[in-house]
Formats: sequence, C-alpha cells, structure tokens
Amino acid sequence: MFGKLSWAAIPFDQPIPLITGAVVLVAILAVLAWVVIAGHLPYLWREWITSVDHKRIGVMYTLLASVMLLRGFSDAIMMRAQQAVAYHSQGYLPPEHFNQIFSAHGTIMIFFVAMPFVIGLMNLVVPLQLGVRDVAFPTLNSVGFWLTATGALLVNVSLVVGEFARTGWLPYPPLSELTYSPGVGVDYYLWSLLISGVGTLVAGINLVTTVLKLRTRGMTYLRMPMFCWTTLASNLLIVAAFPILTATLLMLMLDRYFGFHFFTNEAGGNVMMFMNLIWAWGHPEVYILILPAFGIYSEVVSTFSGKPLFGYRSMVLATMAICVISFMVWLHHFFTMGAGPDVNAIFGIASMIIAVPTGVKIYNWLFTMYGGRIRFTTPMMWSLGFMVTFIIGGLTGVLVAVPPADFLLHNSLFLVAHFHNVIIGGVLFGAFAGYTYWFPKAFGFRLHEGYGKAAFWFWLVGFYVAFFPLYAVGFLGMTRRMQHYNVAEWRPWLLVAGFGAVLILIGIVFQIMQLVVSIRHRAELRDATGDPWDGRSLEWATASPPPVFNFAVMPDVSGADAYWTMKMHAREQGPGSSAPDYRDVEMPRNSPTGFVCAFFATIMGFALIWHIWWMVAAGGIGAFATFVAFAWRDHDEYVIPAAEVARIDRANLEARRAALSFAGSA
Amino acid sequence: MTDATLAFAQGGSQHLAGTATIVHDGPASKRIVTGYGFWIFLLSDIIMFSCFFAAYAVLVGQTAGGPHGSQLFDLRSVAAETGLLLLSSFTCGLASIAAGVRNERWFQAAMAATCVLGLAFLALEGREFASLVAQGAGPTRSAFLSSFFSLVGCHGMHVSAGILWLLTMMAQVFAKGFRADIQRRLLCFALFWHALDIIWVAVFSVVYLLGSAV
Amino acid sequence: MSDQLQQYHDHADLAPGDEEAGSIGSKLLGYVVGLGLAILLTATSFFIAGTNLVWQPSIPVAIIVLAIGQMGVHLVFFLHITTGADNTNNVLALAFGLLIVFLVIGGSLWIMSNLNHNMMPMDQIMQMQR
Repeated sequence: MFGKLSWAAIPFDQPIPLITGAVVLVAILAVLAWVVIAGHLPYLWREWITSVDHKRIGVMYTLLASVMLLRGFSDAIMMRAQQAVAYHSQGYLPPEHFNQIFSAHGTIMIFFVAMPFVIGLMNLVVPLQLGVRDVAFPTLNSVGFWLTATGALLVNVSLVVGEFARTGWLPYPPLSELTYSPGVGVDYYLWSLLISGVGTLVAGINLVTTVLKLRTRGMTYLRMPMFCWTTLASNLLIVAAFPILTATLLMLMLDRYFGFHFFTNEAGGNVMMFMNLIWAWGHPEVYILILPAFGIYSEVVSTFSGKPLFGYRSMVLATMAICVISFMVWLHHFFTMGAGPDVNAIFGIASMIIAVPTGVKIYNWLFTMYGGRIRFTTPMMWSLGFMVTFIIGGLTGVLVAVPPADFLLHNSLFLVAHFHNVIIGGVLFGAFAGYTYWFPKAFGFRLHEGYGKAAFWFWLVGFYVAFFPLYAVGFLGMTRRMQHYNVAEWRPWLLVAGFGAVLILIGIVFQIMQLVVSIRHRAELRDATGDPWDGRSLEWATASPPPVFNFAVMPDVSGADAYWTMKMHAREQGPGSSAPDYRDVEMPRNSPTGFVCAFFATIMGFALIWHIWWMVAAGGIGAFATFVAFAWRDHDEYVIPAAEVARIDRANLEARRAALSFAGSA
Repeated sequence: MTDATLAFAQGGSQHLAGTATIVHDGPASKRIVTGYGFWIFLLSDIIMFSCFFAAYAVLVGQTAGGPHGSQLFDLRSVAAETGLLLLSSFTCGLASIAAGVRNERWFQAAMAATCVLGLAFLALEGREFASLVAQGAGPTRSAFLSSFFSLVGCHGMHVSAGILWLLTMMAQVFAKGFRADIQRRLLCFALFWHALDIIWVAVFSVVYLLGSAV
Repeated sequence: MSDQLQQYHDHADLAPGDEEAGSIGSKLLGYVVGLGLAILLTATSFFIAGTNLVWQPSIPVAIIVLAIGQMGVHLVFFLHITTGADNTNNVLALAFGLLIVFLVIGGSLWIMSNLNHNMMPMDQIMQMQR
C-alpha cells in the first residue's frame, strides 16, 4: 500500500536528525499557525504564492536560497566540528551519518542556495533593466520557482523520513547503483534534482527569450547593461547544460529502478560514462553560477565608481567567450581517472585558456575604478573582497588545471579549498553584493550599512581563516570527506579552519540582524526616490518598490547606461514638467498553476522515492489536469486603465524627477 | 537627440532621419516571443537526446555476450515506422495551413490523421519492444540493449506526450476556435512534432541502419 | 515609407516556424515538395544500408550525409527556419545547439574511447575480484 515506506523510515535511533527534524517541524507549524490565525493567508496566496510577477518570484527565489543557506551552513559547521575533534577518535558523527552530511551540504549549496540566489536576482532585475513589464513567460516563471522549491522540500524531508545519499553531491556509480546504495538516499537525490532541474530549465528558457526578444525601444544589444549580457550567457548555458544533467540522472534512475545497465559493473555498463556526462553538465554549471555574479560586479563597480564600465565591448566578448569555452573543459574534473596524456593535455590547456577572459574582466573592473570617485558602500565592499579572493581562487584553479599537479591534488582538501574559494569568493560574495545593492529596489528601504559592513568583514576574514588552512592540509596529503584521521600534522590546521567557520557564523548572524534592524527602522531607511545609489541603469528610473507594471510609460533608450543618460539630459534641460503619456496597461493574471503543479510534483517525487506506484499515477494525472486547466482559462490578462496607472505613478513622480537633476551629487 | 525621441514617440520607425542607424523597435510580438521560447526549448530537448545518443554510441558494442543490433533489428518495420512518422509530419503541416486560414474542418481532419499515424508508429514500436523482451533481449540484458531501449524509448515517450498534446489541441480548437493564444500553442505543437521527426531521422540512421550494417 | 512599415510589421509578426504570407497553394506545395524530398532521401538511405552495389566502407558516411540532408529538408520545408523576422537569432540558436550536440557526442566518444583504451573492461576487473 505504501511501497517501501514504513515507520522505520523515521530515525528514532539517531538523536541529531530526530531532534533537528522535530524542532524544524514545530517551527514550521508555528509559523503556519501564526500566518493563518493572523489572517495573512489570503494576502500571501493572492500576492505571493500565485504571483506571476517577476519581482515577487525573484524575492521568493532569494528567500528560498537564504533559508537553504542556513541548512547548508549547518551541515558545514557539523563537518568542521567533526574534523576538529575526530583525531584518533570517531568524533560524534558515525560514518554513515557524516557521509550524508557532506552529500547534503554540496547538493543543497549548489542546487538550492547558489542557483536560486542568482536566478532570483536575475528575475528581479533583468526586466527592470531592459525597461519592460515582465519576463517572456510569467506563469512559466512561477512554475519554475515552485518546482525548485519542491526539490528543496524533498531534500529536507530526507532528513526525517528515510535518509539522504551517501555518495557525495555527485552520485558516482557504482556506489550510487542499487547494489551498493540499496536505500532511498540516492532516490531522494535523483527525484529532487530531476524535478528542480525542470524548474531551472524553464527559468533558463524564460530569461534567454526575455533578453533576446523583450527590450524596450532603443535598447539595442550593445546598450544593454552588463548584467543582462551575463544573464544571457548564463541562461544559454542553463538551456544547453541542464538537459545533460537530466539525461544522466535519468540513466542512473533507469539503472536503479528498472535494472538497466548504463553504469553497472556487470553486463557491459561503463562507470566512467557517468563521470563524463555528469561533468559535461558540471563544468558549465559553475559558469552558470559565476557569470551572473560577474554581471553584478559590473553593475556595482560602475555605479560606486561613478564611471561607465570600462571596456564594455571586451566585457561582452569575454562573457560570450566564457560561455562557449565552458563547454570544452569538463574533463579536468577527472584527469586522474584513466584518460591518456593527449586527452589530458588538450583539456588542461583549454582549462588554462578559459582563465583569460576572466582576467580581461578583472582588468576592466580595475580600470573602471581607476579615476573614479569610489564610494565604499556595502555592495562595493563585497565586490572588492571578491576581486582579491576570486583571483587567488582562480590561480589555484589554473594550478590544478595542470594534469601532473592534479594527480597529486585531485580530491584532496586543496581542491576543496579551491572550489570554495571561487564559489564563496565569486558566487556568494556576488549574491550578497546583489542582495544589498537591489534590496532597496525590491522593498523600498535600504539595509542598515553598519551591520552590513560588519557582516562583510566577518565573512571575509572567516572565509580566509576557514579555507586557507585547507590548502595547507591538502598539500600535506589530506583527502576530502574524511570522517576521522590519525595524522598529527593536520590537526592544527583543521582547528583553525573550525574557528574560521565560527567567524562565518558570526557574519551570518550579523546579516540576519541587519535584516531585522532594517525592517524595524524602515521608515528612516526609506528610499523615496527609487534611486538610492545614484544608479546608471533603468531599474533605478522607477519607484522602490516598482509598481506592478514596472514603468508607467516604457522608456525610450538612446545610449548605454540608459538612466544615466536620462539624468545628464535632465541636468542640462531640467527634469521636465509635462505629464507622461499614460496608456492602459495589460498585465498577466496571477495563477495557482505553479503552486499546484509543484504540489503534484512533490507527491509524485515522494511516491517515486518510496515506490508507492498508485500515488505516482495519481500525482501524474493531477499534474496533467493542472496543465489542461491552465490551458483552458479564457482570461490570462487584465487591464490597468490609464487613470489608475497615472494615479499609481503620480504618488512619487515628483520625488523621482527631483532625483533626476541631482545626478552625480549624491 | 530630441528628434530621435519624437520619432520614437510617433510609433517607431526603423531608421532615424538623416542617419543610417537601425534602432531597436521595442519588445517583439507575443507570437514571436512564444515561438522563439519554444524553439529554445526544442534545442534543449535535442541536447538531452544527444546524451542518449552519446551513451548509445559508447555502449553499442557492450552486448555482454548477448545479441547485437544486426541480429535483432527488423528493417521493414523500421521503414514502416519511418514512413508513418514522415507522413504524420506532412499532415501536421496541413493542419498548420488549415489553422492559418482558420478552417476548422480541415484542421481537425489533418490533426486526426496525424494522431492516427502517430498511434500507428507507437503500435509498431511497442510491438518491436515486446518481441525483443520476449526473445530475452530486453533492456536489462546488456548495456547495449539498455541504451537502445532508452534512446528509442525516450523518442517514443516524446511521441506519446505529443499525441496527448495533439488531442488537447483538437479539444481546445473545438471548444474555443482559433483564438490567438490557441494559435500560438498550435505553432509550438507543430514545431514539436516536426522536431520529433528530425530526431527519428537520427535514430533510424544511427541505430537501425548503421547498426544492422555491422 | 508606410509601405515599408507595413511590410515590416507583417514580416515582424512571423515567429520561428511561421511561413511567409502566401496562398494556400504555395504553402501546400512547400509541404509536398518537402515530403517528396524526404521520401527520396529516406528511401536512398534504406537502400544503401542493405545493398552490395556501393563500396562498403562508404556506407556509414553515406547514411550520415543522407540523414543530415533529411534533417535539412525538415528544417527548411516543415520548420521554415529560413523565414521569419530576426532570423539571425534563430539560426544562431540552432548553431549554438548544434555546437553543444557536437561537443557532447564527439567529446564523449573521444574521451570514452581513450579511457576504454587505457582501462581494463569492468567485467574483467570484477572477475579478478572473485
């Protein structure tokens, strides 16, 4: 009746997941109860859950990422604690538990923190920067977010019902095959990622189409903000790479569920084929993560240096070059696994070449700052921290790109330090820069600068203290993912690294405090003009938060740095007093399709994991019915009459016009 | 600068007076946006198929002592399947023409023909799979057979999904006529159906024809 | 000027997969020609696979070339890839997709054959374990 599911699936004999799960469950129920009792449910349903507005969806993505950051970081603290104490000792985490923790840590951080964070920022900002009212496919946008949330939910359910994979964040066969992983752990992994992968693909299609087909009048490709170019490149990579992930995970699923022989040890299966295909996805994946971060840095550095971005065209070329070359380096993730010197050499050289366009970008950012009037706001601090940190991480990457060196360093803590160096220093710092930069736009008030800077410094110092010892201990021969060790030399370094993790924890606490304090003091921190940073691109040309239609009248663009051009114009000729030409605006209707779809996807995913076949069928029928119901609706848009547009716009029109002519004096 | 702004305000022209610069006219129409988005989706789907092709190419020799393709494939059946799918692409094109001139009778007839041809394709393929399994050459026999069943089966699942979509579109046109959003979906469906035939060209060429030549 | 605008706007509403405005007859002819060419190429493909009249080593190449030809016929006559406004984007997208397909399939084949050359087959390793 319930497949493999039974009461034995709940870890009554493991105190840590049991207590954690109980606490989290109580917290969730308490929040839900408060929401319902305080009467917020209709508001939440109407304005957020069924919203197809890219700004709301962007915020929800970012919220998902932030919450999952806490879960992923808890895993990290547990691992650092274990390695700090597990010298000539089993520590406090038995191996089967430790293995699930490092697997969950990686899976959550990549798929449910980094990806949603950058996708959320791109969703929030790109339509505003392009001067349009929404992305190409608003309802699909909602579907994509909710499917991602489904994936996150399933991974978290595995903590209390069943187990998670013990294979690492990429489930290499034969360990991940049924013979050696007979439990449900790998199945949780598979279905969680297959479902959220569809969500990510949908976001990719949406953003590619938006950038290529939906730009306001006058915004040619070479007048787009740099963030839109990196969005285009990143989402092209999503569209090209995520099908590979889907196909490979499907093959592993077929092996596990139907006895196929893609990657098994017997009947001719080829284990290395998995590594080959999964890294053909895996390498573009890291560029999917870093390219939007590069775009954020371009925006932040240019704004807070008060200068246009240096070398715009070379930046565009570098971005598209990274986009293409990122598909030509994937073997460097398995140099040591049997390829000959000719194959290793070619991929090694390609891996070194791909560092060049990134170097071009760094120089362009430096030249943007040179000669500018730099303002050391929190977003700018994150960008400066990124520049130093990412260069070091990139250099260690070029080091491991040399096959002979990689033979010593592969799967050591040196490698772990390298990729955390570039992902934290590059992607996470970029996400935080974007978060602090665009928060006022999303919510209408700024974040507290003091707490922001404190958080930055604790993160920056904490990162170096946590990860540089890992470079050392990697050189000393320590392999990754060790549950315990007996080498005395490693211990001091691992203790220092544990302390670094605590510093990062303090940084996170400051970020939470920043949010709480800013909300409490939001009246003082209010952004009345829509342009708190004296910005250069179109998102700052509208109110904070923008009205549902983004711009009352879609702007005409006549140059790069579109908003800056408008401000310069206003400075010379005055802000203008004529009334804007208000017209009726058509906006897409909200829809529960995304949420309902994800609901059925969750049911199907859970049922597939536990082999409850009737539930799978029911979920599938429900999902198809949702599609048909969505397809059958007659009214997918509603009209906002011109008078209403005018009323909403006039609320802060004067404040915005005043901001126009004060350009450059902030 | 001011001239340009006025020109835009007057509804957008392609060329600025006195200059040769072509300036962007604004967001594209819904039909173009929908069509292009679906085109991008199709490319992603083709990349997913290419992974199954790659797996097939790598594992084609791994028969684990079991049968090879040349011992299993019935090229007459494959030729029939190919003809059915190709013809269904043609009838789908007829349906597109009918939708373009808003002729419901011809549209439903052409779609019904496409559906019948598609179902016939699936029936032949199902019969082939059943017979292979009965011979002990099912997907669990060897890596080669796993990759064969996955690749051809993946295509078959796409055709099945396409038929579900086809029937839904027939119902939609019957209930609501040739509304603009339904026309956009028909465009997407046609793209999907033709793309499936392109994939089948690769499948029968690489898997069946090259496979039986061994 | 207004004629050009009109033409642009008609042309501008064509999505990828749409045909240029034309009579039913001309559209029908397009599909019939496409069908005919496709049948011709397909039949040739099947014929070559089974015949002894052709130099044997050239058969795989011939089949692949004919397959590419058939795909081209589909793209032009059924998917109308050559028409539509902003055609550059469509063709660029297709080119990018084809590049990735080539890299994934070609790269995988090259890498896997290199690995297989260097490593013992898994069945033999397993037998050694027993």
